[in-house]
Amino acid sequence: MNFKLKIWRQKNSKDKGRFVDYTIENVADDTSFLEMLDILNEKLIANNEDPVAFDHDCREGICGTCSLHINGRPHGPKPKVTACQLFMRTFRDGEQITIEPWRAKSFPVIRDLITDRGAFERIIQAGGFISASTGSAPDGNAIPIPKADAEWAMDAAACIGCGACVAACKNASAMLFVSAKVAHLGKLPQGKVEAKKRVLNMIAQMDKEGFGSCTNTYACEAECPKGISVANIAYLNREFLKAGLS
Amino acid sequence: MALDSKIPSGPIEKKWYNHKFNLKLVNPSNRRKYHIIVVGTGLAGGAAAATLGEMGYNVTAFCYQDSARRAHSIAAQGGINAAKNYRNDGDSVYRLFYDTVKGGDYRAREANVYRLAELSNNIIDQCVAQGVPFAREYGGYLDNRSFGGAQVSRTFYARGQTGQQLLLGAYSSLSRQVAEGTVTVHGRHEMLDVVIIDGKSRGVIVRDMVTGEIKSFAADAVVLATGGYGNVYYLSTNAKGCNTTAIWRAHKKGAFFGNPCFVQIHPTCIPVSGEHQSKLTLMSESLRNDGRVWVPVKKGDTRKPKDIPEAERDYYLERRYPSFGNLVPRDVASRAAKQVCDEGRGVGTSKMAVYLDFADAIKRQGKARIEEKYGNLFDMYQEITDENPYELPMRIYPAIHYTMGGLWVDYNLMTTIPGLFAGGEANFSDHGANRLGASALMQGLADGYFVLPSTVSGYLGSTELKKVTTDAPEFKVAEKEVKDRITKLLSVKGKYSVDHYHKKLGKIMWDYVGMSRNEAGLKSAITEIRALREDFWKNVRVLGEGEELNQSLEKAGRVADFLELGELLASDALNRRESCGGHFREESQTEDNEAKRDDENYSYVSAWEYKGDGVEPELHKEELTFEHCKPSQRSYK
Ligand SMILES: Cc1cc2nc3c(=O)[nH]c(=O)nc-3n(C[C@H](O)[C@H](O)[C@H](O)COP(=O)(O)OP(=O)(O)OC[C@H]3O[C@@H](n4cnc5c(N)ncnc54)[C@H](O)[C@@H]3O)c2cc1C
Ligand code: FES
Repeated sequence: MNFKLKIWRQKNSKDKGRFVDYTIENVADDTSFLEMLDILNEKLIANNEDPVAFDHDCREGICGTCSLHINGRPHGPKPKVTACQLFMRTFRDGEQITIEPWRAKSFPVIRDLITDRGAFERIIQAGGFISASTGSAPDGNAIPIPKADAEWAMDAAACIGCGACVAACKNASAMLFVSAKVAHLGKLPQGKVEAKKRVLNMIAQMDKEGFGSCTNTYACEAECPKGISVANIAYLNREFLKAGLS
Repeated sequence: MALDSKIPSGPIEKKWYNHKFNLKLVNPSNRRKYHIIVVGTGLAGGAAAATLGEMGYNVTAFCYQDSARRAHSIAAQGGINAAKNYRNDGDSVYRLFYDTVKGGDYRAREANVYRLAELSNNIIDQCVAQGVPFAREYGGYLDNRSFGGAQVSRTFYARGQTGQQLLLGAYSSLSRQVAEGTVTVHGRHEMLDVVIIDGKSRGVIVRDMVTGEIKSFAADAVVLATGGYGNVYYLSTNAKGCNTTAIWRAHKKGAFFGNPCFVQIHPTCIPVSGEHQSKLTLMSESLRNDGRVWVPVKKGDTRKPKDIPEAERDYYLERRYPSFGNLVPRDVASRAAKQVCDEGRGVGTSKMAVYLDFADAIKRQGKARIEEKYGNLFDMYQEITDENPYELPMRIYPAIHYTMGGLWVDYNLMTTIPGLFAGGEANFSDHGANRLGASALMQGLADGYFVLPSTVSGYLGSTELKKVTTDAPEFKVAEKEVKDRITKLLSVKGKYSVDHYHKKLGKIMWDYVGMSRNEAGLKSAITEIRALREDFWKNVRVLGEGEELNQSLEKAGRVADFLELGELLASDALNRRESCGGHFREESQTEDNEAKRDDENYSYVSAWEYKGDGVEPELHKEELTFEHCKPSQRSYK
């Protein structure tokens, strides 16, 4: 398969950046999207041109490192997959493919397609944990947890922290990310003790990082590679209200 | 230098308990005066850094990803073992200990493994307290499953994402310590050297991967928890960034390397599809609980799987190993797959694959139940191969997955360099020549939450440490070496990319130092690796500058180290003229092609000492003694 690529190139955080056109030929349809970029980079290196920098690591959809905006959509056209799990057979032969980094004020570009997602780190540090120091735990079966709660917690905990939700949102809101952590921990008895403090601190940090507000467009859920549900946002809103009231 | 494994005396059940009592303590109010560096934030490093921070030490942690949450532990699917015996099926600490020593083909230290089994239960408790959403039964209690090679149900899991959930647990504890101010985490920083002062490990040199700046950090103790080196084979189930650099640099500074040739090849991975392939994807071993492995009886059978009648299928694992069947340990399953493919009975276009068939399980348990158990794995398979495993059998083939070898450590997880510790996959301990499923997560967390915090404290409490700053000449020398090497990589300006060399190295390793090894092949491997390494330094092309984000430069440094490690790995394999665990020497097999161990001559850990570039490394042997698990030829028949 052949493709026309339009790729965002930016030397560093100070550079203004621009799109550059490339073509790539004879790509097998079972090549992954990132492998297609590997092939392009090999070609660039052979021509003494700087390869395209892009973030990636596990290449199996779980580490949350890859973060490409492909044809206007975070992680590309296919629902519920990360860019590294996208295969070229998803595209039409000859198609033009535009590749950009996440676009959000809180995720500044470092180079080409790589952004700084440190804001997510600081939100977790603000309260995305249960304070259980090593050595203090009772037996794992001491507190039974209803299967339904454990399942909800697991659904929310599946978030890979990639930032697609922010990139998808017209307000660049981080509500889906934050709510997934609030719901994961809040649904478990172990996490209830700090629930109030957690939601208030995480929201405060989110605002401080400059993420936009949530206006319920649900673009985040639609683009989330792990299918994290907006029901978590409703849960967060209830927790936030409760925390403010008491 | 004589190896001292520092195994405490006394009965095995009391060793760790007594040892902890004997370790010197550091007064809580003094702890913040000690600075500990932890390189790596996977299960081992993340858990160690968080726990040391909780204890009050001043900790600095590094990882090469942008966030500690992305360490490759995240990718573990299947589960984590613990001897809870919640199933009442006869499990115990002793049985987990025994299974692990046996599974490792009697090439691990009994005392370490016993401690691991003991700590397994604390790990589950700790993780539940942190909010790890393990699978539960309707009564609300923790669920278990059985996992490759075990005859009890002792594996705890969180859907197919156990590693992710355990890592997020450690990461949340780490984040809490960052907020408390005890731990500082530097993401996108790669460790490029350790600094030794007065014979002790006193810091590291790192490269800031965004600005390219080379920085020095001084400390009282350094922990390396940088994961495995499987990427020396290029294609593996590891993440693209997994590397040997941290432990290799430590090796070159005096840390012995233990059992480098013990590499695990996982039987159930999605087969290679073409030249462009950049990594291999694991299909969790838990699939073997319900899937049946087979190939056609006839060679070169090109019929579709559904057109091959039962009588013309060879369920070779069930046939050869009636008592364990599809659940034989990984090394046995991998080798058996290679054998049937080498016989010409492989399937798929490449003929280097076997079927893993769920038709019977779906018939017996219903599609819904199978979907509940393996849904996300089936989806992943379909995503990658464009085939529906509910209707067609999966095609699988073995792939490089895990490295049992690593830095040699004593019972305290300290390397041969005082003050330098190694935890998780980066050390050689606990798994011998083969690791059982769901035991790496257990080991990483045992090391991180429980062992290292005690033993690092013990070291600090009992060692005279003079004050050291990064102005010390040793730091300046190490910084200069690191910078010179970067300059050298950038100035070759040759013809071929780094990947070109990495792929070539991978092919040599896989062909000669893979699932089946022999003397002639290993010797060729060594010659070819040397030639390739020479060519690399003459002809590699690394574009760009050192003082910027430069992914080619990062890769170049890692591949340069793999080119050195590869040779040691082959030399170790050549030295060990026996078959054990994942290491199969063709010269040492039984009549029916099973691995034949040689306890008389090889019941030792190989610990290699670096002697200089171009000089043969020196082999030290740590003899292994077995008081509890009497070595027997493993049999899964
Ligand atoms: C696909 C897959 C599935 C698996 N499934 C299971 C399973 O079901 N059960 C099980 O028990 N085990 C499983 N394993 C094995 C297990 O996941 C690993 O052995 C274990 O997680 C390793 O943990 P670790 O902390 O030692 O290393 P890692 O998690 O790999 O962490 C390494 C850390 O070191 C850092 N690092 C590396 N090099 C440098 C450097 N030079 N400078 C700075 N930082 C560096 C990295 O950034 C990272 O933070 C699986 C492995 C894979 C690959
Ligand atoms: S590279 Fe890990 S999720 Fe894509």
